[in-house]
Amino acid sequence: MTLTSYLWVVPLLPLTGAALNGFFGRQLPRKAITAIALIFCGAAFVMALALAAGFSSASAPYSCDFKHWLRSGDFQVDFSFYLDQLSLVMLLVVTGVGFLIHIYSVGYMAEDDGYYRFMAYLNLFMFFMLTLVLAKNYLVMFIGWEGVGLASYLLIGFWFIKDSAAAAGKKAFIVNRIGDFGFLIALFLMIKHFGSLDFTHVFAAVRTLPTESAGAGLLTSIGLLLMVGAAGKSAQIPLYVWLPDAMEGPTPVSALIHAATMVTAGVYMVSRSSAIFERAPMAMMVVAIVGTLTALFAATIGIAQTDIKKVLAYSTVSQLGYMFMACGVGAFSAGIFHLMTHAFFKGLLFLAAGSVIHGIGGEQDMRKMGGLRAYMPVTFLTMSVATFTIAGFPPLAAYFSKDEILWKAYSSPNGSWVFWLIGVITAFITSFYMFRLWFLTFFGDYRGAEATQDAKHQSAAHATHDATDQHGHGHGPHESPWVMLGPLVMLAILSIVGGWVGIGGRFEHFLAPVFQSGAAELAHESAGEAAGQGTETLLMLISVTAAVLGFLLAWTLYLRRPQLPARIAAGLGALYDAVSHKYYIDELYAVLFVKPLIDGSTTILWHGVDQGVIDAAVNDSATAARHVSDNARHMQSGNLRSYAGWVAAGAAVVIAYMVWMGVPR
Amino acid sequence: MAGAVNLLVQSHPINSALSLIVVMASLAAEYLLLGAEFVAAVQVIVYAGAIMVLFLITIMLLNAGKEERTKGSRVATLIGVPGVMIGAVLVAWTLVGRSSTTHSVPIGALWGAPKDIARLLFRDFLLPFEVTSVLILIAIMGAVVLASRPEAIARTHHRPEPQEERELVAAGKDR
Amino acid sequence: MVPLSYYLVLSGILFVCGVLGFLIKRNIITIFMSIELMLNGVNLSFVAFAAQWHALSGQVFVFFVMVVAAAEAAVGLAIVIAVYRTRETLNVDQVNLLKL
Repeated sequence: MTLTSYLWVVPLLPLTGAALNGFFGRQLPRKAITAIALIFCGAAFVMALALAAGFSSASAPYSCDFKHWLRSGDFQVDFSFYLDQLSLVMLLVVTGVGFLIHIYSVGYMAEDDGYYRFMAYLNLFMFFMLTLVLAKNYLVMFIGWEGVGLASYLLIGFWFIKDSAAAAGKKAFIVNRIGDFGFLIALFLMIKHFGSLDFTHVFAAVRTLPTESAGAGLLTSIGLLLMVGAAGKSAQIPLYVWLPDAMEGPTPVSALIHAATMVTAGVYMVSRSSAIFERAPMAMMVVAIVGTLTALFAATIGIAQTDIKKVLAYSTVSQLGYMFMACGVGAFSAGIFHLMTHAFFKGLLFLAAGSVIHGIGGEQDMRKMGGLRAYMPVTFLTMSVATFTIAGFPPLAAYFSKDEILWKAYSSPNGSWVFWLIGVITAFITSFYMFRLWFLTFFGDYRGAEATQDAKHQSAAHATHDATDQHGHGHGPHESPWVMLGPLVMLAILSIVGGWVGIGGRFEHFLAPVFQSGAAELAHESAGEAAGQGTETLLMLISVTAAVLGFLLAWTLYLRRPQLPARIAAGLGALYDAVSHKYYIDELYAVLFVKPLIDGSTTILWHGVDQGVIDAAVNDSATAARHVSDNARHMQSGNLRSYAGWVAAGAAVVIAYMVWMGVPR
Repeated sequence: MAGAVNLLVQSHPINSALSLIVVMASLAAEYLLLGAEFVAAVQVIVYAGAIMVLFLITIMLLNAGKEERTKGSRVATLIGVPGVMIGAVLVAWTLVGRSSTTHSVPIGALWGAPKDIARLLFRDFLLPFEVTSVLILIAIMGAVVLASRPEAIARTHHRPEPQEERELVAAGKDR
Repeated sequence: MVPLSYYLVLSGILFVCGVLGFLIKRNIITIFMSIELMLNGVNLSFVAFAAQWHALSGQVFVFFVMVVAAAEAAVGLAIVIAVYRTRETLNVDQVNLLKL
């Protein structure tokens, strides 16, 4: 299929868009910038569709090599791109959701001064993400990995004039780097032991190795280190702290990077390395534990947040935990399935939240919202679809994917009922806080009416605050323009139908060749299914019940008896404080890591080394030169006879030397 | 040798000059002893006759007086005399130490005839001869320029305006 | 027969006296005369060696040395006169305007 030999074009299209907008955008008119950004991103999407249309599992995987990048002895790495089922799924998700978010941003950022910068960064991000997804070896993936981290930093700190935004961007990048350190060590191990970073070579070599028993071994180490990298990129414990702060960026950024695509890079990487993990049960267990704990942990924090975007951020962390749990119990395709549906509904949630924020003039505090369904019907509808989806109501998308994960957590040979139980509890909490958000935002009375004036003043003070207030709307909340609503509707449709590809295990079958858990797993699977059909139905009912319970609880607390939450919070006292302050984890990190690092850096490196050694060396050598020349100056006295004396002395020395050496005949 | 030492000891430059003449004359005698008649003659004519006379003229022209003894000269004498005596001993010792390889020099026979020297000078050493003549020319020019009065030099460069000329004449500063 | 070394020793002593005079005398003209003394010492050794090896080129070289000494004396004294005009002194210690 000759189209796949043009695989390399797919990442390069958005790169071209980024370059054009980045270098020339300042002089171009708005429409031109928009056109460039959308055309290149859209072209990538169209190409992805074409590739999908022509894709046939029989002749997969396709690769597209550019020879000769690194050569060092026996080790070589090339720029190679790869298309198999897994990367096809990711490709479609990234380009599709990315394209929709590009369209949305046209409306959202329309009045921002840095519009061209934003579009350029978005395209740049697409380029790196596509590189990551289409890579054929770990090193090209790492380029994309680092690049999306960079794009994330640029976009989080987009309004860099705001201190908090700049700090958040730095935090994201630095925490990412910590994860990247683990990733790199894993790559080094691979190079040393397998001699290559190419997927085919590495996995072939890995498959010849025996499954390691619990305990340290090469594959376990690699797996654990890869997980460290994934934890950094996909915001798992303990490296999740950057994601809530990343909400400082504009909402489309949150939607694209921190919901749909970048944070899923970790899940993709772990799934891609499934061959390694399957032979290192200890590492898989760690992945599952980390994922499960993160899911629960983040969900509990989400209950007490008041900023609409923060709730969604913690929700993302929690859902990512689900995906890692799936990977950790060996259900890689379930994890990818949830990744796909999550991209739809979380992207929709963020975009809709952005629409809400945009419509009420920049306010993000849910306590100042309420009753907005009358003002923003379309936003309300789409957001409702998303909320019901994430809660896991059938037949919406996430029901299928979440259920798949929970079932696999229970029934898989690596899983256990503990994972399942925690998963169900988390589902309950997820449903609860999502409906809390839903009720607070769209139902009840609009609490922001009297604060509209303040909001306007506040927004005027924060010149670069989220959304805009220069619409000249003096009146209250309003619906967003169709350029923003269109993508919302599209994503809502996808949230509804997106899960149906998973019915009957079709999705899993599709991805099976990639994971080569292959025949054995599937046989196991069908055997287990047949035997546990009843169990599965039972579990499914339990999870749906959990979702409904969450709905009811939220309805009670936030609609029927809105005075209750405050009373409960007061009653819980310190516990509630801890939760609402994110368990003080950020403060803990600051004390444990950040402050000692900064202090050490200041004292040892700055004062000690830089000033004491390097500066001192330079200054002292200059001073020494000055002293030497000060003393040597006395030779130039201007006194003739002293000169004569020096001459005579020198001559005497030379003659003495000659006499001593013996003048050759 | 006595003349040499006397040159050092005397404080008035005239006396030093006269003792230097004594040194020159004795050296001429030495040359004769070594059989270099032409060199001896040239020594007397050029060195003692021309150069020393030049020195004497300069000393008398500039009214050089006695040297005072200052602290600096005391220090120099203190260091210099022993130091140079050590040097002298060193030189002498080296030379005498190698005397095994040098043999005696005959006295008497005058073999440095002007005819032979001339033959060498104008044949083998022609180039140095010509070069030294240029050197002398340069020296003459240098001496003339250096010793002449500054206004005289300036006036050769600068043609004064009639006004200036009158002023110069009035001031008595013209040639 | 006079051993050559006697002549050489004399030449050395003359030279050393010249150096000494150059170092300890303060009158410029006396210093010049010490220079002449040094040159003379060297001349003596030239002639002595010429006599030993019966090589006339030694005497020719003496001739050249004398020429150079004459030229140098002429120019040097001209300088002395020029310096005397501006400084009014022949004390070499007081001609030190190069000093900072």
